[in-house]
Amino acid sequence: MESFDFIEMKFPAKPEYVGVIRLSISGVANRIGFTYEDIEDLKISVSEAVTNVVNHAYEENENGEVTIGFGIYENRLEVMVADHGGSFDLKEVKAKIGPYDSEESIENLREGGFGLFLINTLMDKVEINNSSGVIVLMTKYLENQEVGFNDDHVSTK
Amino acid sequence: MNLQVQIDEGNNGSVVHLSGEIDVYTAPKLKDALLPLTKQKGTLLEVDLTHVNYMDSTGLGVFINALKSSNEHECKFKLINLQDRVYRLFQITGLHEIMDLNSTIRGVDE
Repeated sequence: MESFDFIEMKFPAKPEYVGVIRLSISGVANRIGFTYEDIEDLKISVSEAVTNVVNHAYEENENGEVTIGFGIYENRLEVMVADHGGSFDLKEVKAKIGPYDSEESIENLREGGFGLFLINTLMDKVEINNSSGVIVLMTKYLENQEVGFNDDHVSTK
Repeated sequence: MNLQVQIDEGNNGSVVHLSGEIDVYTAPKLKDALLPLTKQKGTLLEVDLTHVNYMDSTGLGVFINALKSSNEHECKFKLINLQDRVYRLFQITGLHEIMDLNSTIRGVDE
């Protein structure tokens, strides 16, 4: 079995703690050796996931919590963001993601639909478990771990 | 982890200087500052992002909202001096096509 370190942190699901969660992910990612660019991607992705929890899951419960889990592997970081309250409709969330289509009129432009789209774009793998509450599991690989040095790999970043 | 908002009002419009982070915590403050300025017909509203070192989709939401309101009220809305990380967010989402982002962006190849 692959060995890894696991860190779990629990925060009140309130807007003022999203920045603190960003500092945490930044520290953990820096510890593992991610590049500056990747750390910025991780900060945005985790903030988007936590913002979802803060905005949707706790609309009616001010005492909600958000749980963050960091799985630290040799070649990757897995970040888990879980709410323990109500869940948002996955179908609805899926319908709202995607890049802006310039054919659309400006009146129809979504104001809040970019969160999940950004997570999908900035992370290497995203999984959502919607069975008991919502858990977003995001994976980012350390560069040069998956692809050999001589492989014809073109980074899209 | 905060956002400073400084508004300079001129004859033909305003420049809003932002400093800090735009996220779910600071977005409401930004929205409250920008919206009244977007309702001044015939003016130019510029938002200076030189010192914004973090922004996520909540920031995009506020700026989309400000752009809509500006268009409704015949005000010109423009974002200036974006850091390349912030510009990238507009690029990824395709919003750079519809938003007026100034062309002298630091460290970004167009």
